[in-house]
Amino acid sequence: MADTNPSPDGYVEHAPGYVVNGGPTLLTSRFPFEDSYTLERSMQTGGYVGLRAALARTPAEVHDEVRQATLLGRGGAGFPAGVKWGFCPEGVWPRYLVVNGDESEPGTYKDRLLMERDPHQLIEGCLITCYALGLSQCFLYVRGEMALAQERIAVALNEAYEADLIGSNILGSDFSVDIVLHWGAGAYIVGEETALIESLEGNRGMPRLKPPYFPAAIGLYGQPTIVNNVETLSNLPWIMENGADAYKGYGSEASPGTRLFAVSGHVQRPGVYEVEQGVTTFRDLFYGDNYCQGIRDGNELKMFIPGGGSAPWFFGEHLDLPLEARGVSEAGSMLGSGAIVVMDETTDAVKACLRLVRFYANESCGKCAPCREGTSWEHKILQRIYDGEGRPSDIDLLLSVGNHISPGPYPVASFDAADLEAVPFPPAQTTICPLGPSAVAPITSAIRRFRHEFEALITRRDSIPVAAEAGA
Amino acid sequence: MSDGAPVEITVNGSTVAARPGELLIDACERTGTYIPRFCHHPRMEPVGMCRMCLVEVDTGRGPALQPSCMLTCSPGMQVDTESERTRSAQDGVLELLLVNHPLDCPVCDKGGECPLQDQTMTFGPGESRYVEEKRHFVKPIPVNTNVLLDRERCVLCDRCTRFADQVAGDRLIHFLERGSRTQVNTFPGEPFSSYFSGNTVQICPVGALTAVPFRFKARPWDLEEVESTSVLDSVGSRISVQSSRGRVLRFMGLDSDAVNWGWLSDRERFVFEAYDHPDRLTGPLLSGGAAGGQDPKGSTQVSATWADALGATAEALSGTDPDRIAVLGGSRLTNESQYAWAKLAKGILGTDNVDAQLGDGLPVEVLLGLPRATIDEACTPGGTIVLLGPDPKEELGSLYLRLRHAVVHDGATLIELTPHATGLTGIATHSIRVLPGEAAGVVRSMFQGGTGDVAAAGAVISSGGPVTVLWGRTSLAETDGLVVDAAMALLEHVPDVGFLSLLRRGNVHGALDMGMSPGFLPGRTTLEASGDKFENVWSCLPGETGLGCVAALEAAAAGDIDVLVLLGADILADLPDHDLARRALEQAGTVVAVDLFVTSTVECADIVLAAAAPTEVDGSFTNLEGRISVVARGSSPPGTSRPDWMIAVELAERLGTDLGFTSLDGIWSELASVSAVHADLSLNLIRASGTEGLLAKGQMPLAMPPVTEVPDATESTLRLVVTRSMFDNGVLNAHSNALAGLAPGAGIRVEPSDLDRLGLEDGSTVEISGPRGEHIAEVVASTQVMAGTAHVLFNQDGLDAGRLIDASMPVIDVRLVKAR
Ligand SMILES: Cc1cc2nc3c(=O)[nH]c(=O)nc-3n(C[C@H](O)[C@H](O)[C@H](O)COP(=O)(O)O)c2cc1C
Ligand code: SF4
Ligand code: SF4
Ligand code: FES
Repeated sequence: MADTNPSPDGYVEHAPGYVVNGGPTLLTSRFPFEDSYTLERSMQTGGYVGLRAALARTPAEVHDEVRQATLLGRGGAGFPAGVKWGFCPEGVWPRYLVVNGDESEPGTYKDRLLMERDPHQLIEGCLITCYALGLSQCFLYVRGEMALAQERIAVALNEAYEADLIGSNILGSDFSVDIVLHWGAGAYIVGEETALIESLEGNRGMPRLKPPYFPAAIGLYGQPTIVNNVETLSNLPWIMENGADAYKGYGSEASPGTRLFAVSGHVQRPGVYEVEQGVTTFRDLFYGDNYCQGIRDGNELKMFIPGGGSAPWFFGEHLDLPLEARGVSEAGSMLGSGAIVVMDETTDAVKACLRLVRFYANESCGKCAPCREGTSWEHKILQRIYDGEGRPSDIDLLLSVGNHISPGPYPVASFDAADLEAVPFPPAQTTICPLGPSAVAPITSAIRRFRHEFEALITRRDSIPVAAEAGA
Repeated sequence: MSDGAPVEITVNGSTVAARPGELLIDACERTGTYIPRFCHHPRMEPVGMCRMCLVEVDTGRGPALQPSCMLTCSPGMQVDTESERTRSAQDGVLELLLVNHPLDCPVCDKGGECPLQDQTMTFGPGESRYVEEKRHFVKPIPVNTNVLLDRERCVLCDRCTRFADQVAGDRLIHFLERGSRTQVNTFPGEPFSSYFSGNTVQICPVGALTAVPFRFKARPWDLEEVESTSVLDSVGSRISVQSSRGRVLRFMGLDSDAVNWGWLSDRERFVFEAYDHPDRLTGPLLSGGAAGGQDPKGSTQVSATWADALGATAEALSGTDPDRIAVLGGSRLTNESQYAWAKLAKGILGTDNVDAQLGDGLPVEVLLGLPRATIDEACTPGGTIVLLGPDPKEELGSLYLRLRHAVVHDGATLIELTPHATGLTGIATHSIRVLPGEAAGVVRSMFQGGTGDVAAAGAVISSGGPVTVLWGRTSLAETDGLVVDAAMALLEHVPDVGFLSLLRRGNVHGALDMGMSPGFLPGRTTLEASGDKFENVWSCLPGETGLGCVAALEAAAAGDIDVLVLLGADILADLPDHDLARRALEQAGTVVAVDLFVTSTVECADIVLAAAAPTEVDGSFTNLEGRISVVARGSSPPGTSRPDWMIAVELAERLGTDLGFTSLDGIWSELASVSAVHADLSLNLIRASGTEGLLAKGQMPLAMPPVTEVPDATESTLRLVVTRSMFDNGVLNAHSNALAGLAPGAGIRVEPSDLDRLGLEDGSTVEISGPRGEHIAEVVASTQVMAGTAHVLFNQDGLDAGRLIDASMPVIDVRLVKAR
């Protein structure tokens, strides 16, 4: 395979950001080919074999295979896809599949690679889902800024239509599907599935309330709608080709298969790694020779975010946790979107917190008061502390405002695949969606661990604190 | 209302029976536990946006904070609205809502009736911990000419925007920007030009939206309010009339389940300004001969005493042959005033030339003979609505909102048979364009021989569900007989069909019930059928059926009317045939006008009697369903102007007799004794009926009217369609600051293919010629009108549509040529 060329340092020239690590490649096997995104290359390397395998079976059998595989959603909540697919109410048609390619969580960039490097794998995953659920219309929602992904998917869709892989009577069967590509307009919040549906309908992207607007029950145009993440669906061709048992041969029992982790920050070799779940630990990932090869400049690790900007921070004592949802959630955070941000000892905890909170304050859709007003208030307080104008009472104020957005202990994703009733609903939040609480996670993390850094900034203040505190 | 067994839930430890499907917030409120809220509004879909209504709810999975406005009660639900967590959430939401709030309550119209103030006092923190600079916006900005938006005060509850989208269907205000910059706004250059914009001011839970007519006029605690009825159009929307120091300062919609659900059109809402206008008549006027001056033909009107003016009127009337007296108009009047004037005209003067409709109405014998529907019946979920009349959005705004809701949210099917697109076209299942004169034929083909949309519409109508026909004049340029023929065809083909008669003008249905039409007597009955019943109560009765409005005016024009009494009838503006109105006023003997303003018609009167406005009188109103509700006074009439019924009473005395009553209760006891429709009613019962009013029932036997013949349309002419728009040059519109600038003006709207065929261009100046001669006007290409028609709005600047209409012709065909 001449045109696969991982460079000696593991990076793949044609797939910037992707690192070959020698582990199983259920999702990224095609990435190293320069032309990995073409139909031709896809076909040469087993493309659409999974679809053929699916078409040879009944939809119910396909659905069952996915259920057996315990394919956990990769968009953040980690809900098993096979179970979610079963939630559509009986007899309500039409139904839609919506693919969530809005990937905008700070630190996350694995879906982009999947869309840019292997759009046919994603399309095949969509087709398998539609076949399993009897759907005939799929919408692919791609983040507005991802021009290359949009272009590659558009070309791939055209190729697939021409090759009779999408459209009417796919591959001569009586199965017909249309896939529509839709570009977002650059708002983080439309990654949230109900906001995405609003946006797809042509409205301003703001989340709907669950209940009653669980997409599987009342989704796009009020119809039952399955929303799945790009990575979730990209797993399906492999599962169809190789079967659920083979899939469960990878990863842990509760979290089978591999996952893409996008590692960024202060490591020697940041990048997207395909990692077997539950086997590799954070320590392996950060320090392993096949992985990130240690913290930059030999510095000490200060903290890391295990699953996207919304996740509570982890520290050195968490390094030996395996990369697997349950263990991480039991330890008080989440794997979320698979974005890992590593920060070394040179990092200013207050500033890191400020940066994250600023993001959420800017991206708040403005629908609900606690998030709209609370996140920007938090941002202003943090900015003031950072600028040396903090007051001693500001630390408690930060926590108290956070408590207005997300009362009580920060909700941990204590999802238990075996016992669905245990899904915590609703999470402890006064907001409509989890974006508001996302801004609280870094604040509580930072204050819990690095309170002294806040205090140092406050006592070292270089201007007179705002008047309101005088006499208080 | 809802069927099924009650749902038992526990609220703060006590068991409460919720209705099936009821939202938790409503169930709690109904049973005495108020949960604070901003975004929740009982007439709109819940959004759960403001988070003010969070309460701790346990549905079996442990207690959690949930928005009670989004939660349907389910059996066994445990609700704690006072728990530590609930309190803390309420406290938090209020603190957060206030961080960027300007707290300019001392200069805010809403202060004193503001849910944000009230709920902060009850549920919020005592003070703010916010020390940062607040967010600033330019304040206020106009979203249209009547509504101002102060974005700093806005709590982003989505009520106004939801109203615009879900209720009015005018998606012209939106959320813009993100995070704490999120704001309500219009798109640049696209104002919130909705006929219903004032409702957003009423439902805004803070002072973010204010109405120009009310801004800085009064503090809410200085307002007195009375429950009344909008007399502006025949829907009879229930309103609260609010006044301070003797001046009416605003109308608010009252939430009547049966009628307007709290909504008002801007015309209904802001018209009160006209009643307070300095141009109001403050006393009688006399002119020329009537004033006894030097110049008997002179037209200058001078102030006069009531004694002189009533004396002059009595003098003109006494001894005059009843057949040479006509009394026209009266739809502005309350039911009581209408009865008084009907009795004065028919029972004392003995004339039957009485007509409350001004040539733009429907034949009374048909209207009162058809099975009547209520608005609720028309809006039955899943029912079928057939529109065979004027555009409700333009003529009867709050009815339009009910119809729209029925179609958009309750699954009603709408079929329209109109010569042009209406405000409902976008949501109609079958929108069928009908050329004036062809409605009856189209209706018949719906049930036999039709194809396409026409046949499909017929199938829907015949499918067995409830059907209501909204009928009225689709065009003022065609005779009423044409729509009658079409209505008869529907009656014939649809069993159990109900009708709502879309007459526009004020209390016109009350006038018909009070016998203000030729051949009729109070109580939906005729001279012929019930004359004997009245003989003992009224001193005389007309000998035979008299003339309707058009015939009476034709008689006047021919010099056969000696006294023409106009009860608020601005015939030069309101009669479709302006030429006839002008000739009648010129040739009539003495013209007596009872009115609020010196309209162009009143200028031609010899005697002007100043009447009180609807906000200045007590009484009752009858809407298009036959629903009677109270009208109450919020201020005193200016000068010596007085209620119309009092004028009738005084005039009777001047004539040497009396009407037999001197009070509203006196009128009611007589009315109840003569009218079967009103027999069980009284003003006290109506007052006690609250917001819903009482339905006056009674249907006359229907006599089959004669069929109207129509000439065929020709290639070289266009058939004239004249309709009204929400805002026009009507006297009240023109005297209300808020409404005066809103009339769109008239051009001739023609379908583009007709323009091509006639060799005309969009925007070009044309000569329009018809039975009333030639006029110059602009033509506008429009896909909203039907090919083969020329569409002109009535009573607007630009082309005067009334000068094109000849009331004696069934339809009007006009020719358009390029003006030289
Ligand atoms: C604020 C917010 C942002 C989100 N952004 C994304 C995103 O960018 N991509 C994504 O797949 N899911 C995102 N999600 C999760 C989606 O709502 C949804 O759970 C997911 O698309 C379901 O797909 P899955 O079951 O395949 O994981 C986001 C959720 C929230 C609350
Ligand atoms: S939590 Fe924030 S992003 Fe989510 S709905 Fe509320 S305002 Fe919008
Ligand atoms: S302007 Fe008033 S009604 Fe509209 S969103 Fe703001 S607070 Fe609500
Ligand atoms: S009233 Fe329930 S969220 Fe606003």
